[in-house]
Amino acid sequence: MRVITDIGFWGLGVVAVAAGAAVFYVDSMARATYALAVSFIAVGVQVLFLQQNYVGVVTILMMVMEMAIMAVYMVMFMGMNPALVPMSMVHSNKAALGVAAATFLFLAAGILLVDWPERTGSPPPDVTRALGEALMGPKMLVMAVISPVMVATIVAAVVLAAHRTRYDRFGDDLKRHTPDDAQPGGVGR
Amino acid sequence: MVEVLGMAGLESLDASVTVVGPGWAVLAVALLAGLVVAAAMLDGVLSARATGGPGGVTRPFGEAARLMRQRRRTTVAADNLLWRIGGACLFVTAALMVAVVPLGEWTIFDLDVGVMWFNAMDVTVWALIWLTGWGANSAHSLVGGYRFLAHGLGYELPLMFALVAPAIAAESLNVGAVAGAQEGLWFALWMPVAFGVYLLGVAAFSVWGPFAPALSADIAGGVRAELSGVDRLVFEAGRYALLAAGAAFAVPMFLGGGAGPLLPGWAWVLVKTVVLLALLVWVRRRLPAFRPDTFMEVGWLVLLPAVLVQDLVVAVVAVGKG
Amino acid sequence: MTLEATLLIAAAIFSVGLYGAISQQVVVMVMMGLELMINAVILAAAGVWWFLAPQPTGQVLIMVIIAAMTLEMAMGFAVATLLHREHGVDMTDMATDLTQ
Repeated sequence: MRVITDIGFWGLGVVAVAAGAAVFYVDSMARATYALAVSFIAVGVQVLFLQQNYVGVVTILMMVMEMAIMAVYMVMFMGMNPALVPMSMVHSNKAALGVAAATFLFLAAGILLVDWPERTGSPPPDVTRALGEALMGPKMLVMAVISPVMVATIVAAVVLAAHRTRYDRFGDDLKRHTPDDAQPGGVGR
Repeated sequence: MVEVLGMAGLESLDASVTVVGPGWAVLAVALLAGLVVAAAMLDGVLSARATGGPGGVTRPFGEAARLMRQRRRTTVAADNLLWRIGGACLFVTAALMVAVVPLGEWTIFDLDVGVMWFNAMDVTVWALIWLTGWGANSAHSLVGGYRFLAHGLGYELPLMFALVAPAIAAESLNVGAVAGAQEGLWFALWMPVAFGVYLLGVAAFSVWGPFAPALSADIAGGVRAELSGVDRLVFEAGRYALLAAGAAFAVPMFLGGGAGPLLPGWAWVLVKTVVLLALLVWVRRRLPAFRPDTFMEVGWLVLLPAVLVQDLVVAVVAVGKG
Repeated sequence: MTLEATLLIAAAIFSVGLYGAISQQVVVMVMMGLELMINAVILAAAGVWWFLAPQPTGQVLIMVIIAAMTLEMAMGFAVATLLHREHGVDMTDMATDLTQ
């Protein structure tokens, strides 16, 4: 059983790395995006192997959703389509390869040479419940900080991305009753 | 994962659910396929009645035979890999959803975060439908894919928060525990908003009924415009399977799981699933389509606040009880 | 399945992501490189938690990483939209400022 787990874990690792490399190798926008999704799914399942079921499933959930949206942005913002007109879409390729290889060697050397300490403590009987209780108890400050940061991000992202202001929508004196939008809404207008 | 991997770690969380071996997955897939056939037959009868004719029970079999003999259509510069993955994996996704649904006292995959697992699988449908639309390299099918994503942005968040309500009340993300927490009072009865939004979400991720504009005739069939032969058969079976999986998952989440008089638990699960599936099939011709361009606002200004209020009520009740 | 194996896989994913983030010209592709790097961090954090210190509260770090990733994506898409709208630019080399 131990061997099967090991093979599964390494297999998923190979899939995760290969799919990650495919992101920058394939010449199709959809394939690049979904290769990244495959990489995330493989890592999510590896996290399931590491017994953190909630984190693993949330990673899969969020990333598949995000990649579905990412594909739309890829099609929208990839002005020159490498699938139609083959061209190099990279700069300083050799330097980047060198930096990446050096980083990997440096990290691998560290991983293999460091004398890792023994495991301290034992896993809680219910890992997911422990996470929930940590978030709602001793680590609540983390969630309390993340929430306003997320709200601020939503506001900032909309301010950056939207080009129409409230004056465009409600008139110069802001007295228009229903906003004048290019995109019709579904609730009563 | 624990049972599957045979690793030391956690015990099964809910003693009322017995985990059966992975070999029983074959039976689960067979049950799912049976539900697909039943739903297709019912839809055949309803569509025959809608056009005024009798019969229609055998329509899905005739249609399947016709599609299996049909030649595969090919398009110029199609991305065949992504196209086939998109169509074929719908059924696989539905089977993975069913894996966490306990059939009475037995379950194949007693995951402690089963509710999240179902959610992750239904999000996968976003990718699969869009890929089916993209792969054909045809404008109409890609428009269909975008229509589905537009619906998705509107329905997914309400669906997620609808799934949160039973989990809060049961104080567990384990599907068996959620089913076990509904003694006497089904969650569907005191969380009607969450149940309604959940059913809307099931219709949405099955591209069904009011959420079918991604497949509608005004864009030449949308996502399935270029699908033919076996590919189309597999795609349609996948849609029915998603509908059936959504109905099956509603049973432990909202309808008390296997609870019921006289019959054993597994029979009640099947009966409830079939009734709910029949309702979903019937509703196909009874609701107007949600326009993809305007549904976003419905989802975010009506459904999402309604479900959040529902979650708040459930949370207050749960705190009051505990 | 050891700590070293997990960290080596994570290091490989991180390096691939780093290559992409440095070498890609299109803004959205750079974001994909960053995503891949954060993907590696999730795996490494999960491995360290399980093999070194499975304390009840340790997983909170991974939730923070995931939250950071969503923020990165939201702001990235917003900036990409702004750049494209104001300058018609989709590549990092041409995007020298964010003025309107």
